[in-house]
Amino acid sequence: MLNPINLAFKKAKSQHRPALLTYTVAGDSTKKQSLEILKSISHHADILEVGVPHNTPVADGGQIQTSAYRAIKNGIKMNDIFKIIRDYKKSKNPKPVIFMGYYNMIYQYGENNFLKNCEKSGVNGLIVVDLPWPENKIFSKKCKKKSINFIQLLSPTTSNKRLKSITKDSHDMIYYISMLSTTGGKLKVSPKKILSNYKKIKKISPNKNCVIGFGITEKTISSFKSTDGLVVGSQICKEITRCLNNRQNPVINVSKMVSRLRKKIS
Amino acid sequence: MKLKKRIPVIDQGDKFGFWGGKFGGNFVPETLKKPIEDLEIQFNKLKKDKNFLKERDKYFKNWIGTPTRFIKLNELTKHVGGAEIWSKVVSDANGGAHKIYNATVHCLLARRSGKKVIIGDTGAGYAGKMLSMAAKKFGLKCKIFMGAKDIERQQPNVKAMKKNGAEVVPVYSGSKTLVDAVSECMRYWVANCDTTAMCVGSTVGPAVFVRICGWSTSQISRELKTQLIDHFGTVPKKVKLYNCVGGGSSSFGFWNEFMDYDKKQVEFIGVEAGGPAKSKKHAAPLTFGSKIGILHGAAQYVNQNSDGQIEETESISAGLDYPGVSPLHCFLKDTKRARYTAASDEEALKAYKIVTRFENLRPSLEPSHAFAVAIKEAKKLSKDTVVIINSCGDAYKDRAILEKKLGKKYVKSN
Repeated sequence: MLNPINLAFKKAKSQHRPALLTYTVAGDSTKKQSLEILKSISHHADILEVGVPHNTPVADGGQIQTSAYRAIKNGIKMNDIFKIIRDYKKSKNPKPVIFMGYYNMIYQYGENNFLKNCEKSGVNGLIVVDLPWPENKIFSKKCKKKSINFIQLLSPTTSNKRLKSITKDSHDMIYYISMLSTTGGKLKVSPKKILSNYKKIKKISPNKNCVIGFGITEKTISSFKSTDGLVVGSQICKEITRCLNNRQNPVINVSKMVSRLRKKIS
Repeated sequence: MKLKKRIPVIDQGDKFGFWGGKFGGNFVPETLKKPIEDLEIQFNKLKKDKNFLKERDKYFKNWIGTPTRFIKLNELTKHVGGAEIWSKVVSDANGGAHKIYNATVHCLLARRSGKKVIIGDTGAGYAGKMLSMAAKKFGLKCKIFMGAKDIERQQPNVKAMKKNGAEVVPVYSGSKTLVDAVSECMRYWVANCDTTAMCVGSTVGPAVFVRICGWSTSQISRELKTQLIDHFGTVPKKVKLYNCVGGGSSSFGFWNEFMDYDKKQVEFIGVEAGGPAKSKKHAAPLTFGSKIGILHGAAQYVNQNSDGQIEETESISAGLDYPGVSPLHCFLKDTKRARYTAASDEEALKAYKIVTRFENLRPSLEPSHAFAVAIKEAKKLSKDTVVIINSCGDAYKDRAILEKKLGKKYVKSN
């Protein structure tokens, strides 16, 4: 049986478009609302990245930090996050879910216990921002045993030698960070340059699904139609903040935004 | 877990940068792997390069002003009535604190690697002030990240940074203190590591930063060893080295040269910030048995909740107000080479009052924590014991807090 993440890419490919990956923070702004957001964007997105909020994030820009602090302030705990995913997976049209977070949350939960709960609640993949290769070798093997995709990150600073080793050790999907930036930065590199790096990765590792993230917004997304997948995060978090500030419904507005994003790459 | 002899502690980590197999490491985003590796290669090469060492020593001597004084506190010794009490007055160093050693070395490294900008974090403002001084000296542009709360309470150092031409970037996230400043500084480096060098202000962060800082501040104990031998003819039979511990850069530097001595001869006592006596919050992860966690790229004992969220700290001293502690100190604690304890805000203030009453010395609130414990313990120690406190910062920056807590009288005398 194909891994659900692989299946999602396959489906998008059959429709001649990149897969759309969204990123929202679990528990933003409340447990209930974040579940509602996941359910509603399910109609338009192919894979849902769910941020596990942490209060000393070293790679997140202002938008995602705001979302994470809001969720933590509203009392989100690791067990609540697992419950959100369990509930989401019971909904009508669930998509593959990837957790994205920092290693300390996994470390405190206990690696094995964490993976057991991921498996039980239906998490399909993991991105651990501060557990790079080769430090992640043992953990990524543990993930594989549980049929959970451990998603390796690549960046413009990754050397060719490293790139080869990392892709060799990666599972079905890899994540290319488009530029030197925290999340939510303005795209400061031309799409052409990003795509040429992307092609380099695909040449080395043609069978892995490679997504691009960081700086992908409604404005920039259509420049990257030729890729396997694209991640939009900060713009969605920003929209949630905007709605809360203007007393609008984030569920409806975020869903609309994701629908527009999908149209731009279809 | 064992401490090896005759190998510098900074070089006792494994290939992944873990001391004792579990403290330190490199928990960093992929983007930082390359710049960190570059820095490691550069540092490992240069620390063995005679010309570089000569260059370092030249600036340490002529610009920082080494050695700093080693003085006997006669009146305090008489008042306490126990062990001999001495102080290593590291606040003599150019700029008024030990942070200058690390800042200078980082600027020398940055200059050699062709970087034009250097960034750094700061709590008490000393790391920032020194980095701004060194950056100016070596022609680098400088950006300092500082928590908004710290900017408010350490104004003299903020003014100094600005005067040196540095940009002070206020950090409003989280608790608005050092922990957030370090996070923001690392985030800025993630986005600008191709043009910018980063200086971590203490023996914290990814392993190479821990090593560079420890290597730099070790100047303190190199001097002290010579000074002890000059005065006593040898390293005395019973020496106790008291030092405050926030991130742990001054204490590590104060102890490093004595690492191989038996702890019965040279004992290390680290004093963490216990926070206000009535508060449950503190900045003393070693003393109060915090669990191991990951903070700012390194595994260490750190104040956190059961989920792994880093907890807010509280201390009168901005320089010690940090939820984690250097992996080096975690290693020294677990190998039992050093002993750790805490002093409360009130105890530190009381110690400041006592020291300034008897001696012509104005330790800042950070070393006042070390004085508090040293004074308490020296009473019970034999007269042939040599108690030495690292007075690693000057109280000038704390004027506003001291005036508020103790009244004008304690500030005027500054």
